[in-house]
Amino acid sequence: MAKATITFEDINVTVTVPAGTRVIEISEKVGSGITYGCREGDCGTCMMKVSEGWNNLTEPSVLEDKILRENYAGKHNRLACQAQVLGGSVSVRPA
Amino acid sequence: MSAARIVQAVAQREAIPLSPRVHWVGALDPGLRSFDIILKTANGTSYNAYVVRGSHGVAVVDTVKREFSADFFARLEQVAEYDEIKAIVLNHLEPDHTGALPELMERAPNAQLYISNKAQMMLKALLKRENLAFTTVDTGDRIDLGDRSLRFLHTPYLHWPDTQCAYLAEEQILFSGDVFGCHFCDARLFNDFTGDFRFSFEYYYAHIMRPFRDFVVRALDLIEPLPLGLIAPAHGPILRDRPSDYVKRYRELASPRLKREIHPGEKTLLVFYISSYGNTARMAEAIHSAAQEISGVRASLYDLEGGDTETFADLLEEADAIVLGSPTINGDAVKPIWDLLSSLTVIDMKGKLGAAFGSYGWSGEAVRMIEDRLRGLKLRVPLQGVRVKLIPTPEEILQCHAFGRALGEELMGRREARVIDMSDLLTSQYSA
Ligand SMILES: [Fe+2]
Ligand SMILES: [Fe+2]
Repeated sequence: MAKATITFEDINVTVTVPAGTRVIEISEKVGSGITYGCREGDCGTCMMKVSEGWNNLTEPSVLEDKILRENYAGKHNRLACQAQVLGGSVSVRPA
Repeated sequence: MSAARIVQAVAQREAIPLSPRVHWVGALDPGLRSFDIILKTANGTSYNAYVVRGSHGVAVVDTVKREFSADFFARLEQVAEYDEIKAIVLNHLEPDHTGALPELMERAPNAQLYISNKAQMMLKALLKRENLAFTTVDTGDRIDLGDRSLRFLHTPYLHWPDTQCAYLAEEQILFSGDVFGCHFCDARLFNDFTGDFRFSFEYYYAHIMRPFRDFVVRALDLIEPLPLGLIAPAHGPILRDRPSDYVKRYRELASPRLKREIHPGEKTLLVFYISSYGNTARMAEAIHSAAQEISGVRASLYDLEGGDTETFADLLEEADAIVLGSPTINGDAVKPIWDLLSSLTVIDMKGKLGAAFGSYGWSGEAVRMIEDRLRGLKLRVPLQGVRVKLIPTPEEILQCHAFGRALGEELMGRREARVIDMSDLLTSQYSA
């Protein structure tokens, strides 16, 4: 299976994951400050800042775009419960 | 109007003037004793709604809880015709303020809804209707009513994501929503007439606003520069006598409670424990002393048996890390720990470092349960807690030392980078 890495900058941990993994699945277990609320892309709690590898994440859905806008998200922000890692490396931290 | 006249007018379902152009059209709920399940009130509450009349139309600011709709409409009808209503401003969509909204929208077909950006999803959930027309507003946006106008302030998370305030500059009136409100029911309505509501005001802040302290500070930055002749909150007395005092009080309440005792660059780590046979206590001491050895860490140790959990709230609000030790009794952490954890729901704990440890007899679930709760409170919990069966051996005490050091290093950002595989997380659950 294709591998990718996610680095959680707030705790300085890099995790090797299979492509397709959602960031929230890992951030929660690894103890990063990117925490969850609803897991359904509705509440905006799991907003994160993507400092590297933006293009290695799936594109935001219409719903996610809307939530990001409603929460005045910056242009490097994504929802950890929606973004999946496609490959390569991604670096994130809590927004 | 005299206090006695106001009481009479309120009872007769009249609208009460704040000024010739602004009226209170809310409702009193003297029988209420607990609000949203979690909040107590000794003498009920009020749902304040207001009407603003400009030369080119009327705006209604907020409504009331549904059961009180009749009061609201009776008062409203005295000061406005439904087809004059051009704007309905919703500063907050919680049902205590939007209960009469569906009916008002039907009765006032010309009215446009004004809500904050973050209120959109809630509005749809509330009205269960597609193709809703509404306008989202942000700081600086205005509604023009001719010789009167309302200007919006974006003040989110006070205490819901959707909350906002509206300012009527021509009269220096701030419609503040739940902010500066309290659950206090008094038919004399105005703070220079009502009974002493200071306790209710403080209690309301402590339970409703305190968890969002950072957002309170941001809202105050927007509110403080405004000339304030009157604050019209959504609950409790209308603040026309020295309104700025209440803004000042919020500023005090939102400032750190304890004087800063530590030096710049230092970080505080608090170890709380409770121990039945002294085993968890020995672990606590080991973790505390090891964390203390890391330069920059100011560690403190507290036995929960010797303290009332509520008194720790101020301390926890300022702490950078909290470490909780509990034995496992009947498969659970013990009550003082849960009490401490539940007191954290009124404090902003997001992003602080959290950890757990404890000694146990045969099962030892407490540590994982505490860690889960800490994550639920949005702390980061990157280190798997130490669990020891009964009396810690010298090796296990060393393990506690290593745990304390790792926590200290993590807190100071000095833990070296680690690379792990996802499968490690599945077995150990964490990155330790
Ligand atoms: Fe509310
Ligand atoms: Fe309210």
